[in-house]
Amino acid sequence: MKRRTLLATGASAAIATALGVPARAQDKTKVGFIYVGPINDGGWTQHHHHSAMEMVEHFGDAVDFVYQESVPEGPDAERAITQMALGGADIIFTTSFGYMDPTINVAAKFPDVKFEHATGYKMADNVSVYSARFYEGRAVQGTLAGRMTQSNKIGYIASVPIPEVVRGINSAYIHAKKVNPDVEFKIIWIFEWLNPAKEADAAKALIEQGCDVILQHTDSTAPQQAAKDAGNVYTFGQAADMAEFAPMPRISSIIDEWAPYYIDRVQAVMDGTWTSTNTWDGIGPGMVGIGEISSAVPDDVKAEAEALRDAIASGEYHPFTGPINKQDGSVWLAEGEVADDGTLAGLNFYVEGIEGDIPS
Amino acid sequence: MLRLEKRPQPSTFWTYAAPLVAVVVTILLGMALFASLGKDPVGAIRAIFYEPLFGEFSFYYRPEVIKKAAPLILIATGLAFGFRAGVWNIGAEGQYIMGAICGAGVALAFYPSESRWLVFPLAIIAGTIGGAVWGLIPALLKVKFKTNEILVSLMLVYVAQVLITAFSSGLMRNPEGHGFPGSRNLSQYPAAANGELFAGTGVHWGVIAALIAVAVAYVILTRHQFGFDVRLAGQSPKAASFSGLNPNKLVIISLLLSGGLAGLAGVFEVTGPAGQILGSFPKFYGFTAIIVAYLGRLHPVGILMAGALMALTYIGGEVAQDREQLPAAAIMVFQGMLLFSILGVDVLTNYRLRFGKNEVR
Amino acid sequence: MDINPILLLAAVMVASTPVLLAAIGELVVERSGVLNLGVEGMMITGAVFGYIIGHGSGSAIGGFAAAALAGACLSLIFGFLTQFLLTNQTATGLGLTLFGLGLSSLVGQGATATYPVTVPRLPIPLLSDIPAIGPILFNHDAVVYLSILLIVLVWFVMFRSRAGLILRAVGENHDAAHALGYPVRLVRMAAIFFGGGCAGLAGAYISLVRVPQWTDGITAGAGWIALAIVVFASWKPFRLLIGAYLFGGVTVLQLNLQADGTLALLDIAIGLLAAAAAVVWLTRSITKKAAAPMDNLLSVIILVLSVVYGLLRLAGMQTIPIEYLSMLPYLATIAVLVGLRASNAPASLGKTFHAST
Repeated sequence: MKRRTLLATGASAAIATALGVPARAQDKTKVGFIYVGPINDGGWTQHHHHSAMEMVEHFGDAVDFVYQESVPEGPDAERAITQMALGGADIIFTTSFGYMDPTINVAAKFPDVKFEHATGYKMADNVSVYSARFYEGRAVQGTLAGRMTQSNKIGYIASVPIPEVVRGINSAYIHAKKVNPDVEFKIIWIFEWLNPAKEADAAKALIEQGCDVILQHTDSTAPQQAAKDAGNVYTFGQAADMAEFAPMPRISSIIDEWAPYYIDRVQAVMDGTWTSTNTWDGIGPGMVGIGEISSAVPDDVKAEAEALRDAIASGEYHPFTGPINKQDGSVWLAEGEVADDGTLAGLNFYVEGIEGDIPS
Repeated sequence: MLRLEKRPQPSTFWTYAAPLVAVVVTILLGMALFASLGKDPVGAIRAIFYEPLFGEFSFYYRPEVIKKAAPLILIATGLAFGFRAGVWNIGAEGQYIMGAICGAGVALAFYPSESRWLVFPLAIIAGTIGGAVWGLIPALLKVKFKTNEILVSLMLVYVAQVLITAFSSGLMRNPEGHGFPGSRNLSQYPAAANGELFAGTGVHWGVIAALIAVAVAYVILTRHQFGFDVRLAGQSPKAASFSGLNPNKLVIISLLLSGGLAGLAGVFEVTGPAGQILGSFPKFYGFTAIIVAYLGRLHPVGILMAGALMALTYIGGEVAQDREQLPAAAIMVFQGMLLFSILGVDVLTNYRLRFGKNEVR
Repeated sequence: MDINPILLLAAVMVASTPVLLAAIGELVVERSGVLNLGVEGMMITGAVFGYIIGHGSGSAIGGFAAAALAGACLSLIFGFLTQFLLTNQTATGLGLTLFGLGLSSLVGQGATATYPVTVPRLPIPLLSDIPAIGPILFNHDAVVYLSILLIVLVWFVMFRSRAGLILRAVGENHDAAHALGYPVRLVRMAAIFFGGGCAGLAGAYISLVRVPQWTDGITAGAGWIALAIVVFASWKPFRLLIGAYLFGGVTVLQLNLQADGTLALLDIAIGLLAAAAAVVWLTRSITKKAAAPMDNLLSVIILVLSVVYGLLRLAGMQTIPIEYLSMLPYLATIAVLVGLRASNAPASLGKTFHAST
């Protein structure tokens, strides 16, 4: 009888009612994670999982940890998130941009559960968003790339045409150009975040066309391997340190350091101080880590890159500081002007000097 | 020596008993698999088969099973006609995607219209036509140039996938989407939304369409001349051509029909559960539907049940992932085993097991 | 233009090898009258076992052997179901892909590289020193040569040996073959086993040489392409070579065009293709008197498309929208299929055989 009543009152009401019933003893905080890839993908998901495990280690028995991997974006994600909420999760981290609408939809049905959505922009009373200013790391990479290249051709393996990736390309280009006015960028879009075979082919194509530095915004180590086989090509770790390829070809990396944030947010739930926030942190607060600059890099170049890193970390320098023109030659940022977060969040154009079009 | 002897008529007993035997066999194999992974075997099986239907949160899962089953059934019903006639449309996935693209395209063209009675039906028609046209390409090429429809329809799947990815970041990108790929959310656009018709049941227009398709297909197959033609063409192409049946016409009709239904499934998905044109638009329905069609023995009622079973393993598999922390891969292996045993045990329906040598040679 | 055509063509050879290997196996399977749609599943199973055994033992040969065995063993499930339990081949094959994807992911969890494995290049003496042709054809690893050898071998066995005759007979008409006393099921099981082994090798080539690493779903659809190429080749071994290299070529070219940013190479490629089409048409019209456009459809299609492309270039087109470039390999396959218009599929392909006497 009870079940029928529940059905009759409609889905969202039914779920809310079910939640009201204290399903199980809740002395532990239940933390859920939704991953877009398998936990051993070597990149994005692996690093979220790794950070989550650090969080679990930090709290020990005080948290109950659940996760679901390889959840496709879209309706499947909505179901996975709902399921976790029904299962009694107190806070759920949804770690891919495509989970944005599903997260918002589920959050509306579970006002007492906290949601944390990575890399999106839609918020609610119980939905926070968080992301990292990877472009700060790209500035460091661009500087190293511009200094290290002999052929003045830098390859860039781009993933999916979204603002984050475009920011990375622009930031790397601006800083490579600054230290080496002759650089030229060759960009290959593969339209996927992780496809080792395609990444390997793309890296090989770039190397064959004379690129001796390769930056990647894709998650696998396939480009590192291709560079290693080629011998004299420099690369950078992405998402993970990829230290197994140091000191050559990997000369530095951008590391996603989510653990401090995760510990912080779970602690807030435990303390009852959690509020909806919009976090976009960079090198300074430690969300973006710069992997050790390897011995393959000359000391003066290393010092220059580290100085840039420290200047960004302290807030003394912003990677998008004018004068910067758009690709078509029109002025984007005047002398000394700094890009505002709103423009950066939706960035959809190349800066002057980059050739080719952003796919659209 | 063990051998098989063809039954004069399919066994009625085994027609119903075989799937049950298969499920039991799979459950036993699955339990061994889950136990070998260090998980609780009983808990996992319970999570897959029991929890979604009768468990604590079944009020949420049951509608989800229905939503997941509808496109599978809709597409598989269309495919079954072609498969019976010996027309191999492997590209339903592409037709499904094109249906979604065309349907969403028409709906978005009217944005922000408020006339539901115009936009929603137009979207449905456009999607059906989109899927049918995508199915017509391999049909025409086969009729005109004798190209192999398996291959052409499969190639067109990849083309459709490229198109949906390209459109989601180009032509159909949401102008208010902060530069991210993906169209406007159609499920939040009242004139085109394919929402639940009865709150909390999961029944949307796609579910109704699937049920109608099953009923109509049943009538056509058993009562109508076209159903007879299809069966004849599949069983004996020569006899079919003697009886004046035009094989070209059959190819075209089969692919139009299966393409159209796949396109229809695409529209209902994009305006309902999925909501958006996106590179990650729910994939694989078109391929899974092929399996569903065969699991259901190419019969509408069988397809209805097979689609529901397939959907149950998807939803239950997710429950098992959540409850028992089973890896997603283990669920895929389990689904594979389920398919193998259902297909394998089916031999008992049409054949008798005999021991000893065959006397008649 | 920064594209080096020699390196490009050498890269095509490498990029095409996995598809080619899997396709040779499937060709034999289909010639025996069996359609196994599980190539992707067998490939990826080979990829994971090749990676684990190869890196666990430090031996590339061990890795490839394990991969072939793994692919072959998986194919036996398909063989048993379709040949002995008489299941539908299409559905069983799709099921095999699902099963293989799951199995590989399960086995691959926690797969780590203990010993690095490298598959060295084996430049063939003298031949590899020939300018241009040497680096393109004769400076590869052993598996690339093996894939070509396999083609020759399959061709020889299939058309120049009794075993091949039986295999084709079984594929063309299993009832007649059975009546003649040939062991239909045994032949088919052997073919399926061989096909599985080839698919396994193909997978290992991806995880040990081409990428080389293990990640879930690393084969990324290559198995489906292999299936396509078999049909593309009209079930003829040497045509397989054309299909695989054409497909690999378009894929590699697409990436290179993006990186290069100019259309110079595409101009040259399309120019050459148009010239070839014209020559073929001319030769045919002179020797075989088949001059009607409909009889030379492929040539006509290529020529028309080239003219359209040329006009667009003259009108000032500088770049091609890159996202649509990815469609090229598939559209090219369809165009060639239409052009060849040859369908000599084995007559019993995909049909269930039961010796009911």
